[in-house]
Amino acid sequence: MAEPVVDIQGLNYSPDGLPVLKNVDLRIERGDYLAVLGPNGGGKSTLLKLMLGLVRPDGGTIRVLGLRPGDAGGRIGYLPQHTEVASSFPITVLEAVCMGTVRPGFRGMSGRHSKIDHEKARQALKKVDMLDAQGRSLARLSGGQKQRVFIARALVDSPELLLLDEPTASVDSASRTALFTLLNELNKDMTVIMVSHDISSLASGVKSVACVNRTLHFHKAPEITDDMFTMTYGGAGDQCCPVELVTHGHVPHRVLAPHEQADAVSTSDEGGDS
Amino acid sequence: MMDVLGFDFMQNALAAGLLASLICGVIGSLVVVNRIVFISGGIAHASYGGVGLAFILGLPVLPVTSAFTVCMALIMALVTLRARERVDTVIGVIWAAGMAMGIILLDFTPGYNVDLMSYLFGSILAVPRSDLWLMAGLAAVVIALVLVFYRGFMVMSFDEEFARSRGVPVNFLYILLIVMVGLSVVMIIRVVGLILVIALLTIPPFIAERRTRSLRVMMIVSTVLSGIFTVSGLMISYALDITSGASIIAVAAVGFFISLLIPQKTA
Repeated sequence: MAEPVVDIQGLNYSPDGLPVLKNVDLRIERGDYLAVLGPNGGGKSTLLKLMLGLVRPDGGTIRVLGLRPGDAGGRIGYLPQHTEVASSFPITVLEAVCMGTVRPGFRGMSGRHSKIDHEKARQALKKVDMLDAQGRSLARLSGGQKQRVFIARALVDSPELLLLDEPTASVDSASRTALFTLLNELNKDMTVIMVSHDISSLASGVKSVACVNRTLHFHKAPEITDDMFTMTYGGAGDQCCPVELVTHGHVPHRVLAPHEQADAVSTSDEGGDS
Repeated sequence: MMDVLGFDFMQNALAAGLLASLICGVIGSLVVVNRIVFISGGIAHASYGGVGLAFILGLPVLPVTSAFTVCMALIMALVTLRARERVDTVIGVIWAAGMAMGIILLDFTPGYNVDLMSYLFGSILAVPRSDLWLMAGLAAVVIALVLVFYRGFMVMSFDEEFARSRGVPVNFLYILLIVMVGLSVVMIIRVVGLILVIALLTIPPFIAERRTRSLRVMMIVSTVLSGIFTVSGLMISYALDITSGASIIAVAAVGFFISLLIPQKTA
């Protein structure tokens, strides 16, 4: 059997003694398209950072592409959540995308971007429909346009694993549909893990779902469960009604059985199906 | 006016100013895009502790100050990498403590005392030739390092988290940058004073950043702007017989305000 792309066992992460992730097990096979759902602050982004080696776990093991986190940098494409780019950094769109081709370690730090890098960057920009903007100054783009440029940067080097943290943030709905189509396309060649707090992102060809809120529950199929609602919207039957979100998408109105474990997030027994 | 160029001290001053412009244009651009102006200010002020140390020990000033400053710079770099949320406080403490230590040590040093003013504003008109060679050497080293690691510096400055995710050795680059800032600051302070160092590190890159589309061009434009400010500041100080360091800063400040009035680059 093929080696899993991500293999996490018994992961604990509690900076300053506050548990952010507890006893997480996750095994992602090659070719999967995983949506990581959960409330803000539930540990979704942290999970990606742990996979990337940006933060160190307090316990448990993580293997990414068979390597320790941080060692597979050149084979992973990453879209950070808040790209902390100084808004005035002097760079063109094309050069910003080229940064995604940087090699790990000391080898990658010298020299300039080659012609091949520029060509790759143009292709990536074409995929996110931003080729026309290649010569523009990045600082002048809108939030949604920047987000597309950073998605291009994540996929420019044809990674084996694509990690996207809230890719639809600040992207308008037309671009969002285009983005989901693109991700489906990319998923033919690479494993995709997408973090989202928006349950309607499930509408898009996602193959499996992980619900993260300190603990992690893995669902083999992308049906929406009660549990997803409670985790994402803070309890079924709460003031926040998720039904509207579902009916606007193309999500099947189905409900999976509740988690059998005792530690499953308490789901209200009336059920939250529509 | 041109006859003044015949004087040795003026030639040296111009050479020192241009070398400082070169170092500040390159390092200052990195300082500005990495948003480490405050750390650079801290390093510059803390270096005064090294001056005091050198005097009380009776050792040569430049090596002792350099070593001391690089140590302070390393402490700040490590604090930045480890305990991000308390960074500004720690830098503020090192900033003030280094300066106080320098003054106290100089108070205890018998005999001749360095004038604090000359340290703050430098004495560009009294630069010896030997200092020029040191500055030229440092400029060569700094430019070589930045060229070698240019791509790494660019990726780190643009988006540190992404750089880390790609396996770029960000910690190494960051520490290297801070050490280069420390060395540059020490070398230039002797010539132009620490206030001018901070002015040259920040004003030209700030003007350049908003009008260029690459880090490389930003460095070149910053260097040219620094050169213009320095040379015209020197000329004005000669013509009006005013303090040269302050005159250069005044020209840079005027340039800064004019740049705010001129529209920025268009998309």
